[in-house]
Formats: sequence, structure tokens, C-alpha cells
Amino acid sequence: MALEDICGFKNSPLHRKLSPASCFEDTATFLHMNDNSGTLLNFFMPSFLSSAAFTCRSLAKPSLTVRRPFNLSHGTTTLGFIFQGGVIAAADTRASAGGLVACPFVHKISPIHSHLVVTSSGSGADCMLWERILRREIRLYQLRHSRCLSICGTAKLLSFMLHPFKGTDVCVALTLCGWDKELIYVCSDGARLQGDIFSVGSGSPYAYGILDGSLRWSLSNEEAISLAREAVFRATHRDAYSGNHVDLFHITAQGWSLLHHPVNKNCINDL
Amino acid sequence: MEYLIGIQGPDFVLVAADNVAASSIIQMKHDYDKMFKLSEKILLLCVGEAGDTVQFAEYIQKNVQLYKMRNGYELSPSAAANFTRKNLAEYLRSRTPYHVNLLLAGYDDTDGPGLYYMDYMSSLAKAPFAAHGYGAFLTLSILDRHYKPDLTREEALDLLKMCVEELNRRFILNLPSFSVRVIDREGIHDLEKITPSTK
Repeated sequence: MALEDICGFKNSPLHRKLSPASCFEDTATFLHMNDNSGTLLNFFMPSFLSSAAFTCRSLAKPSLTVRRPFNLSHGTTTLGFIFQGGVIAAADTRASAGGLVACPFVHKISPIHSHLVVTSSGSGADCMLWERILRREIRLYQLRHSRCLSICGTAKLLSFMLHPFKGTDVCVALTLCGWDKELIYVCSDGARLQGDIFSVGSGSPYAYGILDGSLRWSLSNEEAISLAREAVFRATHRDAYSGNHVDLFHITAQGWSLLHHPVNKNCINDL
Repeated sequence: MEYLIGIQGPDFVLVAADNVAASSIIQMKHDYDKMFKLSEKILLLCVGEAGDTVQFAEYIQKNVQLYKMRNGYELSPSAAANFTRKNLAEYLRSRTPYHVNLLLAGYDDTDGPGLYYMDYMSSLAKAPFAAHGYGAFLTLSILDRHYKPDLTREEALDLLKMCVEELNRRFILNLPSFSVRVIDREGIHDLEKITPSTK
């Protein structure tokens, strides 16, 4: 985005040829892909999309343009819940690619701004990209309107930005955890759900098992933190694609705080 | 997996929808509302593919409200239903068809109550009673047997409870609660949620 502005990529013949404008069929979608200053978000859509006359989205074949050396795997356990002391977001830190642990210390929870944190699951690259885009859009909104966009607005913006990519291989499932005790799950399929407790990823059924039994509104901060950590730990124990450490964020009216523990009792990378 | 039902009486329409928002095998929410208020006397019930439902229903909702702002009066239920069907039909043969099944229920001050059944192939039918989802296979025969055009609100609610009990007994999936609303001359009224008793 910034780099291609500097390189003058917009004026090159390659850009004009691959302009995403031709890939979108209605102006409403096109406008969503513009930020307000008019610069296009240049995503190069796979060629099969523009040529198919009628594609049933659920039967769309995977992109033929890039062959991957291994299967993409969506192994993760992330969770978020609301209680009297604010919002807790927790996640494991293993990035898996097929049967390989690609990285044992990945940050699956990242802050968007001082009072909003997003947990990510799905394809790691897609999540990083879309978090970055979301951060950019929220910051631009803040600069233009001198106030923060609400979490519902953020979720709606993200959902509309992801909508043109429905049916492609983009796989992101983000949970926005915000200061005014709101938790919204947004997924690249288009789902947008607001709730009190969400867990996403291959380890989520195991985490739900622990959370549903013990979660109460009246938990103290310490109890909530240890519940979140235990839920992720149990999921990492059973799920092969989740593991290593547990990242924990606590979001209150004062902002988010990352909870570090130098010796993580629940770390199982010595197995 | 999802279930919608509508029953039209002589001066009201009773509609109900389950409250589950699911993602593969997990119930992500059990208090999810699948009804969208298009205007003071029109409700759109929408089920189908995950993102398509909300996107399409909100699109229709905002367009109906825009019509009212531009013209000063609201669309009738019949007009809203035909507008919705037209949009479904236009998108059907595009690259991004909407896979949604709809029930539109409304009260027109001149024509009275109306229930419109629409599906993802953009068919439209005005019907005295209708249902969507796998649950429809189990409950349409109950509606056929017990429905009469002049049924009272209590009878309609009993008929609805009969359908929900049958789902609870025979449907393989657990649908723990259903939101219920009734539309009549005065507008849209929320009724108590139905939670089938465990057998």
C-alpha cells in the first residue's frame, strides 16, 4: 500500500491491467474497497473469478494460481469472554502447517488500539494482513472523526471488507474484544455474532467444555484469568494443532494489559 | 439445521424462529435473533448461509427504510416481498448468489395480514402457513392437519407449540428455544420465547 504509492505502481501498465475494479460487479462493493481518500486497496483476485459466468460459491475450486508445498491448517485455540471485571482474551501460541509446528511462539492476540484487541484464527497470513488493514482503517477513522469507532462499527466494517472475498480461500475468524464489555466474532464466511463468550479454532470444543461449566459473571480477576488459562491449556492438551504457551489479555475501561508469566506452568513444549 | 415457521390468521400473522447460531458442530450463540424488522408492520425471517443472511436481510431492510424516507409512505408487505424476490433473482445468476431462505410476514392496512414464502432460488408464494429448514419436513403435515383460516391467536400459538414439541421429539438436532412474534393492526409484538420441555 504505502510502498506502491512510493514506487508509483498505480501508473504502471501492470496495475491498470490488473485493476480490481473489473473484478467487482457492483459499485457498492467497489466503494467498500476504497478507503475514503480514493486509493484502491489492490488485491489481486485469482483469474477464475472474473471468467466464471455462474459459480456456485460453495463448489468453488481452490485458487489455481499458487501451489502450496503443504496443506494449510487452521489449528488454534482462542477464546474470549466477558465478566464483571472486563473482558479476557486468551490464545495458544502455536502456528502449525500440516503436521509441522511452523512457529512455537506466535502472537494470536494483537491490539488494534488502546482499548480493542483482536484474537485471530484461520490462516496466519490472512489474519496478519486483515489485522493490519483493520488497524489502518480504525486509525484513519480516528484521525478523520477525532473519536474511536465503536466495536460494533469496527466489526461491521471488517465484515463488509471481507465480504468480496467470500468463496475464495481467505480464511480468517477474528474475535474483537473491546473495552465496553463487547465481544464480537467476525469470520470470512460472513458471520458476525455478538455474544458473551466465544472460542474459535480446532481446540475450541475442548475450551468450551471447561468454560461453559465454570464461567460466571461474578468471577474475580484472578479467577477469570486462571479459568481462561486452564481452558486453553486443556485444549492444547487434547488438540494436536494447539500448544506451547498461553497468551492472555485483560481489557478494562483503562485499556488492555498483557499478562506475562515468566514460568508458564501450562507450557507443554517440553513434551 | 435452522427452522422458521409462519402461521397467518384472519387478522394477524404469527412467526417463530429458532435461536441457534451454529458454526460446524458448535452452537456459538443460543439467543440469536433471526428476524429483521423491515418496517412497523413487516418482519423478514432469514436463514441460510452464514454471512449471506445478515448481508442480504440488512440490504433489504435499509432499502425498505430508504423507500419510506424518499416517498413518505411505507412499502406494503406484498411490495416488499416482490422487491426482495427481485433482488434474489438478480443475484441468482451473478457471481455472488445469496443462499438464503426467507419468510416475510406483514400486515397491510387495506389487504390485511400476509405471509410470503421465498427461497434461495427466488421463488415467491403467498401462503397461509409456511416453514423452512429440515424441521419443515416434520411439521408441515401438522400444519396441514390442524390449520383453519379463521383460527384465533391462542389456537395459532397452540399449533406452533405442537410443531415445536414434534421437533423436540423427532428432530435429531437440539433447538433449545424459539423467538415468537405476532404482527397485527397495531404492529409487531414480542411474545414469550418457547422452550420445549425435555422428554
